[in-house]
Amino acid sequence: MLRDGALAGKWALVTGAARGIGRRIAEVLAARGAGIVVADVMDEAESTAAEIGNEYGVNVLGYKVNVTDGEAVKGLFDELKGKCDGGVDILVNNAGITRDNLLIRMDETDWDAVLGVNLKGAYLCTRQAVRPMIKKRSGRIVNIASIIGMMGNAGQANYAASKGGLIAFSKSVAKEVGPRGVNVNAVAPGYIRTAMTDALSEEVREQMLLLVPVGRFGEVDDVAGAVSFLCGPESSYITGQVIRVCGGMLM
Amino acid sequence: MAVKKEEIQKKVIDIVVERMEVTRDRVTPETRLIEDLGADSLDIAELVMEFEEAFDISIPDDEEGVRSVGDAVDFIVKQLEEAGE
Ligand SMILES: NC(=O)c1ccc[n+]([C@@H]2O[C@H](COP(=O)([O-])OP(=O)(O)OC[C@H]3O[C@@H](n4cnc5c(N)ncnc54)[C@H](O)[C@@H]3O)[C@@H](O)[C@H]2O)c1
Repeated sequence: MLRDGALAGKWALVTGAARGIGRRIAEVLAARGAGIVVADVMDEAESTAAEIGNEYGVNVLGYKVNVTDGEAVKGLFDELKGKCDGGVDILVNNAGITRDNLLIRMDETDWDAVLGVNLKGAYLCTRQAVRPMIKKRSGRIVNIASIIGMMGNAGQANYAASKGGLIAFSKSVAKEVGPRGVNVNAVAPGYIRTAMTDALSEEVREQMLLLVPVGRFGEVDDVAGAVSFLCGPESSYITGQVIRVCGGMLM
Repeated sequence: MAVKKEEIQKKVIDIVVERMEVTRDRVTPETRLIEDLGADSLDIAELVMEFEEAFDISIPDDEEGVRSVGDAVDFIVKQLEEAGE
C-alpha cells in the first residue's frame, strides 16, 4: 500500500465505504494521507470511519446517509463545508446495489432501486461535491462503474443501464468541470471477490472464471489501487476516462 | 431595514473581478458579463453560486435577467429586501 503522503491535507468522501470495495478505497486513500469521510446507509458508517482513523492516523468522519435522499445528501455536504476546509477534495461514488432478474421478470421496484442508488445517488453527491471543488479550482471525482455497463449482461439490465449511465455521466461532467481543475473518471471493475460476488453459486463462478484471461477474480485492492491512482497527482492529465480493472475480461 | 446598495455593489464587483480575473477598472454596473467580460455558461453558474453564498440567498436557475453587473446587484437587493420584510 502506497504511503507517500501525496494526499495529506486533502479530504476524501467515499460513499458505500462501510464495507467491501468502498472500505478498501477509503483505507488506501487514508494510507496516502487523506482525511476520510465514510458515507453509508449502514449503521457501521461511523465505526468503520473510527477504525480507519485509528489504523492510518488520519482525520475521519462517518455518516449514516442514504445517497438517494437529496435532502440528506445536501445536509451532509453543507456540514462538510465547515468540517473539511470548505468541502471535500475527492469524491468516490462507490455505493451500489444489484437486483438481478431477467427483464421479463424485472419489476419497476427493481429498476428504480438500482437506478436510484447507482445513478441518481452519484448525481446527487457529485452535484453537491463539485461546487466547492470548482471554487478551489481542484478536485477529483471517481465513479465506480462496472464492465457490465460496457458489455451488458443477461439478468442485469437494470444494473448495466445504471453503470453505463454512470460512465456517460462521468464523461459529461468531466467536460463541464475540466476547465476548473476538476478531473472526473470512472473505474470499471470486472468480477471482484466481495460479499456481492460470494453470493453467486459455485457453478456460476467457475463459468465466469473461464472468461477472465488472468485466471482469477479481482481483489478489492485491485480496484482501490486504480482509484488511488486517479485521486493522486500522478493522474492530473487524465479525465473522462474509464479504467477497466477486470483481469482482461473485456478488452 | 434598507439594504445598502453600495455595499452590495462593491461586493458583487469584488466577486466578478476575482472570478473573471479582470482588473477593477473594467467592471462597472454597466459591464455585461458575457459580451464585455467573455463569461461562458459555467462562469455565469459559478458567479451565481458565489453570489448565493456571499449574500445567503437563492437565485433561480434561469438567470437570464442577470446580464450585467448592475442586473445582479438589483436582483440581490430585491431578494434581500423581500427576505428582510
Ligand atoms: N464486487 C464486484 O465484483 C463488483 C464489480 C463491478 C462493480 N462493483 C461496484 O463496486 C461498488 C462496491 O461494491 P461492493 O462489491 O463493495 O458491494 P457491497 O455491497 O459490499 O458494498 C456496497 C456498499 O454500498 C452501501 N450502500 C448501498 N446502498 C446505499 C445507499 N442508498 N446509500 C449509501 N450507501 C449505500 C452498502 O451499505 C455497502 O456498504 C458498487 O458500486 C458495485 O456496483 C462491484
